Amino acid sequence: MSAHEDWRRVRAIVWKDLTTEGRSKAGFNSVAALGVTILVLFGFALGPDAQALRDAAAGALWLAVLFAGVLAFNRSYQVELESGALEPLLLYPGARWTIFVGKLFANLIFVGLMLVIVTLVGIVLFQVTIPPSWPKLIAVLALGTIGLVSLGTFYAAMASRSRAREVLLPLLLFPMLVPVLLAAMQASKVLLNGDMMHEAGAWMSMLMAYDVIFVVAPLLAFEHVIEV
Amino acid sequence: MSVASRDQIAIDAVGVARRFGARWVLRGVDLQVRPGEMVGLLGANGSGKSTLLRILGTLLKPSAGGATIYGHDVVKSPDEVRRQIGFLAHTPGLYDDLTARENLQFAASMLGLENAKLDEALDRVGLGGVRNERVRGFSAGMQRRLSMARLLLRNARVLLLDEPYSNLDVAGISLMNELIGESVKGGGAALVVLHELAPAAAVLDRTVTIREGRIDEPDGAALDAANFAVAGEG
Repeated sequence: MSAHEDWRRVRAIVWKDLTTEGRSKAGFNSVAALGVTILVLFGFALGPDAQALRDAAAGALWLAVLFAGVLAFNRSYQVELESGALEPLLLYPGARWTIFVGKLFANLIFVGLMLVIVTLVGIVLFQVTIPPSWPKLIAVLALGTIGLVSLGTFYAAMASRSRAREVLLPLLLFPMLVPVLLAAMQASKVLLNGDMMHEAGAWMSMLMAYDVIFVVAPLLAFEHVIEV
Repeated sequence: MSVASRDQIAIDAVGVARRFGARWVLRGVDLQVRPGEMVGLLGANGSGKSTLLRILGTLLKPSAGGATIYGHDVVKSPDEVRRQIGFLAHTPGLYDDLTARENLQFAASMLGLENAKLDEALDRVGLGGVRNERVRGFSAGMQRRLSMARLLLRNARVLLLDEPYSNLDVAGISLMNELIGESVKGGGAALVVLHELAPAAAVLDRTVTIREGRIDEPDGAALDAANFAVAGEG
């Protein structure tokens, strides 16, 4: 099968996932609301100390993205499971990794939109000053999101065959995400504090390395995971 | 049987067995369906009819034995098999928040049919008037018709149909038979899982019955006799 056909399948899945999500709206609203709620609760818990708020901003942001992301990943196969559409999806001839890539892109757009909302709310709530190295900060947010979404999409596929998928997904996902979250949170934190010791580059390199692993490994394993 | 002769057989299952946990659902099914044949697959609930269909459709792997679709092994060449088959599952497998036309458009994109005649397929199954309505509001019968339209898009050589008549009205049953008939007359083959023989009795070439995980009547008993046997189990 040609790359053109693979790409067409990927586009079809992205279009289908975003169209169904856009029409139901329930998913995005609940995911974004959860992310914002977590930030607000952190804000209240930390009190009015501006420095404490700024110090905790990166951790609070990534925690909000993590928990809201898990909701999003659970939903990404729900539409197929509810309507029995997973089997027809698996019966289309062609490489099955295209299903993973399509779902990955759709989830990246979905979580990316949620991340924009959560970040804007976080900047206001935690009184964050935008650092001069903001392009690097955006790169960290993007790299962290890619690692999170790739693993989340993969494990959501694995958990989708289980009746207890809502419980199973965090159990499988959280331990695997520790390195990505650690690197993303540390890189965000040092960049928000001006990166005096030039540590951000090392954390970003680590993040990139994990992203490569966490995108390539699920691509190779997806066919076996989605097997009925 | 030589490889060359297997290429000429639409469905060739040899000793297909499948277990779920400790329970053997299929214990060695031998079945051949030739081009131009429409075969009804009968059996009591839990006898393994759908399991056999899912193995032939590459959705399940057999625990033992093997099967080919026009010579393509369902385990070794699943993608080739998927290019040959049209599979209609028990559930319609449609996206509720997409319209009827969008559901077909998605299927056409996944199948690489850039010039698929979506509107023609919808008109054929009687859903032309609701093509832009979301599937969420469709009755079970309308959803089944839309699944039929999706089946029409692909020029499948082998139809694997799991209870295709469920939720269909008389006109729908007639349409389903027409579509299967057209495929079979064009050199295709069909294996149809049935709970009731009546809707398909007029178009079936023969029936086979699964009992205790094996084909009980491999050479095809008279339709009336098979119907009686199934009714007796119920």
